[in-house]
Amino acid sequence: MDDLLSEFLTETNENLAVLDVELVKLEQNPNDIDLLSNIFRLVHTVKGTCGFLGLPRLESVAHAGENVLGKVRDGELEVTAQAVTLILACLDRIRSIMGDLEASGTEPQGDDSELIKSLNAFADGGKVAAPVAAAAPAPAPAAPAAAEVKSGASIYEQIGGMGTIDAVVEVMFNRIMGDLRLKAVFEGDSIDHVQGYMRDHLAQMCGGPATTAPHPIAGRAMSDVQFDALCGHLQAALNTLEVPQQIAAMIMGMVYALREEATGSAPAVVEAAPAPVEAKPVKAAPAKKETADADTKESAIANQSIRVNVELLENLMTMVSELVLTRNQVLQILRKHKDSEFAAPLQRLNHVTSELQEGVMKTRMQPIGNAWAKLPRIIRDLSHELKKKIDLVMIGQETELDRQVLEMIKDPLTHMVRNSADHAIEVPEERRRAGKQETGKITLNAYHEGGHIIIEVVDDGKGLALDKIKAKILQNNLATEGELESMSDQQIQQYIFKAGFSTAAKVTSVSGRGVGMDVVRTNIEKIGGTIELRSVEGKGTTFSIKIPLTLAIVSALVVECAGERFAIPQISVVELVRASPTGELKVERINDTPILRLRNKLLPLVSLREKLRLEAETERSSDDTFIVVTQVGTYQFGIMVDRVFDTEEIVVKPVAPILRHIEVFSGNTILGDGSVIMILDPNGIAAASGQISMGDADAAEKQALRSRAHGDEAVPLLLFRAGQGAPKAVPLALVARLEEIERNSIEHSNDRLVVQYRGQLMPLVPLEGYPDVSNKEGRQPVLVFSDREHSMGLMVDEIVDIVEAKLNVDLAAETPGRIGSAIIAGQATDIIDTGFFLSQAFADWFGSRREDSVGAKSRRLLMVDDSAFFRNLLAPQLSAAGFSVTAVDSGDKAMELAEAGEEFDLIISDIEMPGMDGFAFCEAIKKSGHWQQTPIIALSSHASPKELAKGREAGFDDYVAKYDREGLVHILNEALSEVRGAA
Amino acid sequence: MSGMKNGAGADFGAAVSANSGEQRDYVTMSIGDQMFGIPVLTVQDVLGPQNIARVPLAPPEVAGSLNLRGRIVTAIDVRPRLGLPTREGGKAAMSVVVEHDGELYSLLVDSVGEVLSLNSRDYQRNPPTLNQRLREFSDGIYRLNGSLLVVLNVGSLLDFGTRSDVA
Repeated sequence: MDDLLSEFLTETNENLAVLDVELVKLEQNPNDIDLLSNIFRLVHTVKGTCGFLGLPRLESVAHAGENVLGKVRDGELEVTAQAVTLILACLDRIRSIMGDLEASGTEPQGDDSELIKSLNAFADGGKVAAPVAAAAPAPAPAAPAAAEVKSGASIYEQIGGMGTIDAVVEVMFNRIMGDLRLKAVFEGDSIDHVQGYMRDHLAQMCGGPATTAPHPIAGRAMSDVQFDALCGHLQAALNTLEVPQQIAAMIMGMVYALREEATGSAPAVVEAAPAPVEAKPVKAAPAKKETADADTKESAIANQSIRVNVELLENLMTMVSELVLTRNQVLQILRKHKDSEFAAPLQRLNHVTSELQEGVMKTRMQPIGNAWAKLPRIIRDLSHELKKKIDLVMIGQETELDRQVLEMIKDPLTHMVRNSADHAIEVPEERRRAGKQETGKITLNAYHEGGHIIIEVVDDGKGLALDKIKAKILQNNLATEGELESMSDQQIQQYIFKAGFSTAAKVTSVSGRGVGMDVVRTNIEKIGGTIELRSVEGKGTTFSIKIPLTLAIVSALVVECAGERFAIPQISVVELVRASPTGELKVERINDTPILRLRNKLLPLVSLREKLRLEAETERSSDDTFIVVTQVGTYQFGIMVDRVFDTEEIVVKPVAPILRHIEVFSGNTILGDGSVIMILDPNGIAAASGQISMGDADAAEKQALRSRAHGDEAVPLLLFRAGQGAPKAVPLALVARLEEIERNSIEHSNDRLVVQYRGQLMPLVPLEGYPDVSNKEGRQPVLVFSDREHSMGLMVDEIVDIVEAKLNVDLAAETPGRIGSAIIAGQATDIIDTGFFLSQAFADWFGSRREDSVGAKSRRLLMVDDSAFFRNLLAPQLSAAGFSVTAVDSGDKAMELAEAGEEFDLIISDIEMPGMDGFAFCEAIKKSGHWQQTPIIALSSHASPKELAKGREAGFDDYVAKYDREGLVHILNEALSEVRGAA
Repeated sequence: MSGMKNGAGADFGAAVSANSGEQRDYVTMSIGDQMFGIPVLTVQDVLGPQNIARVPLAPPEVAGSLNLRGRIVTAIDVRPRLGLPTREGGKAAMSVVVEHDGELYSLLVDSVGEVLSLNSRDYQRNPPTLNQRLREFSDGIYRLNGSLLVVLNVGSLLDFGTRSDVA
């Protein structure tokens, strides 16, 4: 049988079992919305799956049932006993069709129009249409009998509904099976089917849900003895189940009334039920044809898979771990006794244990591809049904997931892919019109990221239609128009995760009933995951699901520090570096800050020993340090450890609540040798060490993007101490390197301090009042600024920290070399004017280019930047480079100058500014006015290619990074010469 | 009869009925010269000296983690928890494993004694002069022949969240 089908059967049977219980609960609590939603979803799932498997009969029955439930959910219908009965009848029909489906592999023939009619009638009017009785007529004699006992509650309700009846029939058939007298009676029929029919008919007789199942005993030509035996078994079953005597007597009375049908040889069904139930004989036929092997077939399917409680697996895993430990101990002993006769059997035990461990581990982990296996077929069928062309691309199928997690996200994922195909991807003509390829693409992408699994569902369809969502929000009273006004597009899009929300105009069999995204979200949140949504109208939609790995097994690098072992998730390890004091790579310290020069970059280091306050009991045997280069986001840093062991697969276990506040650990685990070790969390370490991006342009850009607040962008600053007074700071981006030089290598030359550095003489500039240290011992920390072939070093006392801070220069400085003071890390700090020291070090720093640039007089420059810091930082530098600088803090002010008739040779403008931003400013001046021809250069601390393109579009002539002083001067000169040349 | 004899029925802790004089079983343990007890049914395991992995940055009461048949157990050193001086060097601690909120904890004590069946007649609430720290973790005291047994409240002993003096 088709894998899909058998899976469907297993699943649906489970769902049906749940539904029976839930519906009865619902009858008791008609107002329980959660219950109702759950029931609705289950039926919806059944319906949806039927559609894909090409089971029209099941689908139509389920669809009708769902209709009724939908109305109930929307409050149009009330939950009455009648409604529940009707739905149960619908479920029973589904179950009976499924029974045949399971036996034969195909949907049985039959007519459900009566049932569907009554369901629809109920959905429309809230009343059970008359035909419902006719749809499932009881065998004639039974009906009056049932009517007789109707005093108040029906027998069905009194004895406890289907549950009791099911149990009674179960007991009864257990007895029947052992009764040789009755063997011949049911020969040729599947006992399970007959049992089902018996149950349904018994229920109907007692006033329970109507049934259309074939009558179990009518027309079987039983002898009186056999009939009596049968009744005897029923009586016994009723007694076993402790059905009250009185009621049991009533039931028996009704059953005894069936003696004639049972003993008659004619197909009594048709005679006894003259009502239009053509379905019965037709349906009964295949059932009767089934031979005994149908039973074995059924059970074979059931045996293919069993569901095991995860807790049981968890216990198994624990036991296996213990077994492994014991095995290890035994092997240890064995090694001491070389020629033991235990050797061979123990070797065998060893193998078996390993395999067992592997097997148990495997039971928990599954590649996500398993959850995706169904999708290609679904997409194929869908594209046929919807007449669309859809490509499904699956990436990262091998990404392993804990099976529990996998189970939980399977349905949501299917839902989402289905949604994408149904709603998002357009039909080919529409796509062609929109200028896209005819074939739409849905991409599934799964990968690990920082202790999480990310699953993306990306489509290149039409995206979410905001106006439709808005309309729907208003229609459903989820928000007022005013509230919508104040919401961002992103916020509005989030509404698709609300229950009962579907923007599809048409309710199709695929989706569109507004179950879907809310279910998806609920299921994902249940396992502690999150779901995010990005959508561009006309371009497509991306859902990204992030699921924690708590239960998962990860590969980890085991390291040692101060005699303690720790695990670092392999996923965040970039490389391993070994540093020794004598080797090429060595850990350098600027006071207490360890740093590694790695391929011309400064890699900040974190000493695990210091971070974790580990005191080594024994001195380290080797001076070598291993550095685990770790990546968090785009930030790289090195973790210093003493030793590096192997990588090992570990099971991440959460730490005890009392230890949860320690942010450097993400969990703990038990290693193969039985020892407990902590798992380090690189995120936590990075956070705890207070270090932020350093020298990494990409990271810097991200940081800047994150803090895009106008005027107060946080900037990475290098904090240091030099001389007396407040701590000093300089934007990190201006610093080329941090160096430490031997003090005795500092030389005097031409009244200046110099040092030989990389084959050149590098001037050293002390901050004023800095003592002459050239004759002292020790090492001198130096900040190196570089420019073309020149480097200069600023001598400082110590590097304090690297912090990210907003630079609001509060006090303008009077001392040369200071831009001013700002509060950084809660302390008044002097901001150093690097330009000043650069010009001190090289008289020709800027002058060197003065000759090749145009005359100073005409170099009038307008600088537009809202940040006081940058105006203060750049203006002096540009002045030093020979420009006459006018600085204003907004586009509006600049426009005022333009109107006032001021003339400039060049304008440089920031992009992000409050009020009129750089783009608008540029467009404005390029549009009209006498500044039209003035070159304008964009100045930004972060620029993505997109922004560059946008800048060019707006009319900017060039772009330069804020910190790129060298580039700025160069570009300014270039722009000016061009103007000159043209003039 | 016992209630009469005691004449202090009202003083009994809620857990112990005044009149019955019923028997309760306690696992006894000692720290220094003091005997402590916890109800026998709360104890999952008693272990000899174990390999305990230190947990850096953990509060001082947390001695580390140990592996108990594949489960990670957090070891709590009862001495610092009760404000007592640390164990003399070299002396190995015994573990009493208890479950609290679904997590296993191992209480490290100097030694574990026998299980005693104690009669509620000999039970008394904490004397008001008892050390404040101890009173916080104690349910009451049994008068034994020649010594006193302090009943530890495992719940409050392992409840680190609400303790006021946690740094």
